Amino acid sequence: MRPARREKVMPPFFTRAEGEVTRLSVSGRLTLVDLSAMTEEIGALFEGIGQGKLLIDLQALDYVDSAGALFLLRVEEEAAKRSIPFEIANMSPRVRSVVGIIDRRAVAPPPQDRPRSVGLVEETGMTSAAFIQDIARSITFGGSLISEVVLSLLRPSSVRWKDVLLYMKKVGVDGLPILGLISYLLGLIIAFMSSLQLKQFGANMYVASLVAIAMVRELGPIMTAILVAGRSGSAFAAEIGTMKVNEEVDALVTMGFDPVRFLAVPKVFASVLVVPLLTFFSDLFGILGGMTVGVLGLDLTIHTYAELTSWALEVFDVVSGVVKSMVFAVLIAGIGCQRGFQASGGAEAVGNATTSAVVAGLFLIIVADSTFAIILNYVRW
Amino acid sequence: MTDRNEGDGKVVEVEGLSARYGEDVVLQDVSLDVYRGEILVVAGASGCGKSTLLRHMIGLSVPSEGRVKIDGVDITIASEKTLRAVRREIGVLFQSSALLGSMTLAENVALPLSEFTDLPAPVIDTMVRIKLSMVGLEGYEGHFPAELSGGMKKRAGIARAMALDPKVLFLDEPFAGLDPITSAELEMLVKKLNGGMGTTMVIVSHELEAIFNIAGRIVMLDKDKKGIIAEGDPRVLRDQSPDERVRRFFSRKIEEKDRDRT
Repeated sequence: MRPARREKVMPPFFTRAEGEVTRLSVSGRLTLVDLSAMTEEIGALFEGIGQGKLLIDLQALDYVDSAGALFLLRVEEEAAKRSIPFEIANMSPRVRSVVGIIDRRAVAPPPQDRPRSVGLVEETGMTSAAFIQDIARSITFGGSLISEVVLSLLRPSSVRWKDVLLYMKKVGVDGLPILGLISYLLGLIIAFMSSLQLKQFGANMYVASLVAIAMVRELGPIMTAILVAGRSGSAFAAEIGTMKVNEEVDALVTMGFDPVRFLAVPKVFASVLVVPLLTFFSDLFGILGGMTVGVLGLDLTIHTYAELTSWALEVFDVVSGVVKSMVFAVLIAGIGCQRGFQASGGAEAVGNATTSAVVAGLFLIIVADSTFAIILNYVRW
Repeated sequence: MTDRNEGDGKVVEVEGLSARYGEDVVLQDVSLDVYRGEILVVAGASGCGKSTLLRHMIGLSVPSEGRVKIDGVDITIASEKTLRAVRREIGVLFQSSALLGSMTLAENVALPLSEFTDLPAPVIDTMVRIKLSMVGLEGYEGHFPAELSGGMKKRAGIARAMALDPKVLFLDEPFAGLDPITSAELEMLVKKLNGGMGTTMVIVSHELEAIFNIAGRIVMLDKDKKGIIAEGDPRVLRDQSPDERVRRFFSRKIEEKDRDRT
């Protein structure tokens, strides 16, 4: 059964004029539940008093909490403001102790510095400065990461290969099922949508080359990079961020380890090794998706579809896709680690680092892809 | 590293150190020496800069002014290579123990050994077992930090910090959050390592009982002064310090103005 909602009931006040003195008797309970109603009544209470003395009689008061005590202090304050003599009578020890525990200085709001409003210009300036600082930090980290990667390549025994293998599994093997599914569906959708248009011109056979070129040159590397940024870039940031917050990174430093080499290099190596492979699989699954539509909907045989695909593709397309994906891998792993190292504070900082790793990762992927589009255009012809 | 300062016995020297976070000055002109073989406790109320001082002493933060020398080497201006050699000589137990969560205890303790030595794996394994048994964690080699209690984590942290038999062991709030028995066990361990191995201990703590039990000497920091207000034997300071803040700290008395408020 639902309990009946408690009505707002004012604690009983009895006001009685005794010559110059107005006696206000409070009975029952003075609690937080009644505070807002009571506070509203303070003004009305003083209206009828005139200039006489106000005496609050707490004889019949059973219970008071800190809010009730606050009410009493407010009344006292209001009386002082109106220069009305004020007295509390018959205060029980219990009520006295509750009133006593309230710091009178805390009742009045502290004088606050007026919050300085930040103007549009200042806000823009601060955001720009933070953005530039962020870029500078990323470049600094990029420099130290590159130098550590080069040093590690010169001294392969210093690389934690066990960790590299572990991250290869996490980034590659564990990510393959979802990447395969997405790429397959992507190929399927491209083939289906394009076939609807191409059918009108009797150009069904071009579906195969369209899917192949789109997947291998652009969508395969991009889809893989986006997925790796979401799955692994965020995981790198969260892992390192948590280690930073838990003082584990500091512990590594005091033990003489370079945290970048210890934590970031294995992740970068693993990503560079495995992301091109994932890209290759993404291409393959995309083409398989296209083939499904080609075979089931466009009356092409598997053999014909495969042949059309191989005619459309050049080695250059595949190689450029792989090179692109290696660059994406460095960017995703690098920014993931950098955001992790940047985290400081608590759990919220780790969350921010994770979000930032994905957002910055996606941004860098798009920038790099655009750059590649321009460069490859000149290289090809 | 050579024992160039064996003569005067100073193993850590802090000279005129000032530290700030942004515009907030946390420490101002702090000077302090740590002598070989002693147990020095850095004490003071919360927020007085104890941990900040420790971070500067172990080279995790660079002071805005002043110098920190470990075994005569100024770590504030040392090259990365020199700093690495200095770090070989110090061990640090962080407040959160800071064991690497993805590694077992044995792997955690083996980390410094494999980084700084060319010992073959079986020897490292033996060293790890010795270190873990030294802190009473024999048989826990294969456990992960998450499987241990707070006190065990601290002991494992000490085992890792002691892996290379450092000259100085820095401990940041080692007794915080431990029950009295575990805390007493940890105190005994600290004394055992100090007595048995001769390891100099620098301990940041505000646990009074632990301070009286283990501190050979104590330096006390104060938030308002942003520096050291007292230095010496904790018992003498408790009973005879002319500084009221020091006596209040030891007798757990709060300031009059604060008493009025509570």
